[in-house]
Amino acid sequence: MSDQQLSVPTMAQMTAKGESPEVLFWVGCAGSFDDRYKKVTLAFIKILNKVGISYAVLGEEETCTGDPARRAGNEFLFQMQAIANIQVLDGYNVKKIVTACPHCFNTLKNEYPELGGNYEVIHHSTFLQQLINEGKVGLKGGGEFKGKKITYHDSCYLGRANNIYDAPREVLEALDAELVEMKRCRTKGLCCGAGGAQMFKDAEPGDKEVNIERTEEALDTGANIIAAGCPFCMTMMRDGVKSKEKEDTVAVMDLAELIAKNEGL
Amino acid sequence: MEFLPQIAFLIIVATASFFLYKRITRIRMNIFLGKPSGRTDRTSERWKTMLLVAFGQQKMFKRIIPAFLHFLIYAGFLVINLEVLEFVIDGLAGTHRIFAPYLGDFYTVLINVFEFLAVAVLFSCFAFLIRRNVMKIKRFSGEEMRKWPTLDANLILVIEIILMFAILTMNATDMLIQGQDDHYAQTGTFFFSSFLIPLFEGMSVSTLIFVERFAWWFHIVGILGFAIYVTYSKHLHIAMAFPNTWYSNLEEKGKIENMPVVTNEVKMMLGMPAEGSNEPPAEIARFGAKDVNDLSWVNIMNAYSCTECGRCTSQCPANMTGKKLSPRKIMMATRDRAEEVGASLAKGGKGLEDGKSLLGDYITKEEINACTSCNACVEACPINIDPLSIILEMRRYVSMEESAAPASWNGMFQNIETSFSPWKFAPTDRFNWAEDLNKESK
Ligand code: SF4
Ligand code: SF4
Repeated sequence: MSDQQLSVPTMAQMTAKGESPEVLFWVGCAGSFDDRYKKVTLAFIKILNKVGISYAVLGEEETCTGDPARRAGNEFLFQMQAIANIQVLDGYNVKKIVTACPHCFNTLKNEYPELGGNYEVIHHSTFLQQLINEGKVGLKGGGEFKGKKITYHDSCYLGRANNIYDAPREVLEALDAELVEMKRCRTKGLCCGAGGAQMFKDAEPGDKEVNIERTEEALDTGANIIAAGCPFCMTMMRDGVKSKEKEDTVAVMDLAELIAKNEGL
Repeated sequence: MEFLPQIAFLIIVATASFFLYKRITRIRMNIFLGKPSGRTDRTSERWKTMLLVAFGQQKMFKRIIPAFLHFLIYAGFLVINLEVLEFVIDGLAGTHRIFAPYLGDFYTVLINVFEFLAVAVLFSCFAFLIRRNVMKIKRFSGEEMRKWPTLDANLILVIEIILMFAILTMNATDMLIQGQDDHYAQTGTFFFSSFLIPLFEGMSVSTLIFVERFAWWFHIVGILGFAIYVTYSKHLHIAMAFPNTWYSNLEEKGKIENMPVVTNEVKMMLGMPAEGSNEPPAEIARFGAKDVNDLSWVNIMNAYSCTECGRCTSQCPANMTGKKLSPRKIMMATRDRAEEVGASLAKGGKGLEDGKSLLGDYITKEEINACTSCNACVEACPINIDPLSIILEMRRYVSMEESAAPASWNGMFQNIETSFSPWKFAPTDRFNWAEDLNKESK
């Protein structure tokens, strides 16, 4: 692949050229700064490039959606962030946003409209599902993951918060892998322990960490891969797998990474 | 003296109605300690939700055994109430089984149906007693379930059992009296109560009449007493489930309710035109919730509807890993506090100014801080109660009024303010990930 295809266009560059992309890829703070999740960002970029969709990112102009501030009770800070972001998005006349973070997705989709920001927001699982349905990616048959056991960890902010249960599973099915469900899945899925701004502080005293409980459940399925669709879930599950000393045999991977790998990207 | 029973009946019904009325008025007042909610939009969706979730028991059926047992009691409750109608007419008019002559054979069928339901209720109540006290199902225990809540749950079941036995006893003795006293209408045979007949055979007619009358009075007085008791009990859900589901949150669960007052301030700070900025700012009592009056009235109604079934708590990740948080306790505490404030106000006491508050005296910061906002509790509740909304309102109070959020959250706030990310990274590094990509491709 040539450099040209891979350089990531920003909104500012596009606008300078008088172009406007079909979709804005909202990277999110984790996707921008977290070393592990940066790989997911890259995988998704590769997919976007491969299918030839016109997209752009905000780059340095992107800032936190305010999700953790709102959930920790700081409504002022949330709204400061939201209103500033809406100004930027509206400035570029953004219509459609795709993001790999369920927290960004939820906030942009459900909480920005009341503050004046109205966009069509989709999570990358739904986006990938659409690509699969259109035959643009997936289903090569006998790919990398054929016959491997994969379990999917429902992110609360996709599942219960927004009723997205099927899209991620359909993405996994396109890999021709064996999808095994955990005891608690879909509406009864167990949180990874990081939502509601828990990511940013220590857990309250208890007798166990939530991510350990969840990891044990994931490992019980005998899966080689725990699939996630959320940066926080990924961190929590990875920590869990590490503390169980299973990191050599069990991988925690994002849906986008799985598809990218399957495509040989 | 002929009218004595009727007068007594009238007095009993009137007294019970009076107490019931007072209790309902009090609960209504307590609920409206809360702020307005604005949940009157999308009415057809609301009716549909109520029909499905409350009337149709939709969410109960996620757990099939309790759903089935509960359904029997629920159906029994709805249908047996028809019989109570006859009780009231008979009681006031001094008649006996007033519907029998009019309905003829159909009356026999009808009472047999009632008896079937009475037996079904008995069966379920015994099963529930066993589940609660012998099988020790985990979600019925827990910190907040000591003493009164546990006694309450058992009392309800025992009272229902006694009331059902009263109906069956009454029918059994009635059958024996028929033909011996012409005040007693011919009703045909009742299947289930026939099994009790051997207990009463050989008694004199006057003893039988005494037993029958006793069971009759016991049942109707029992029902009235029970109705009053219910208003002090978690059993209030039999009435509250309906409005409670009607006022359900119809938004996506992930959406946290907006605070328009903050929007105005933020817009002014950013130098943007704010809505209604020419008007004097609306009086804001408080950001977030410290006490029940800071919550919306729907939150408090939720609390009065809670059945203490613990489905929320059993799904709560914080609770199942040993943290202090229990969404059920959040609901019970809210109700207790509303009751306390209401009782104090009724006595002309200090009410909300009694030096106590929901946050602090009933619910601790440790509890609310443990919530991951995962919505498992909201999803699990069979009557669409939303404990998360109360938790988030209290977090708002702690964060904005007290500036007392946990230190690492304050750090996170600071990072967002200064680096626009919850982590302390330079905003100029935000796009560095793309460099990696270019490197990789070379
Ligand atoms: S939203 Fe909070 S209280 Fe409810 S189940 Fe999740 S962690 Fe528990
Ligand atoms: S809030 Fe709902 S689920 Fe929780 S105890 Fe009350 S009724 Fe049950």
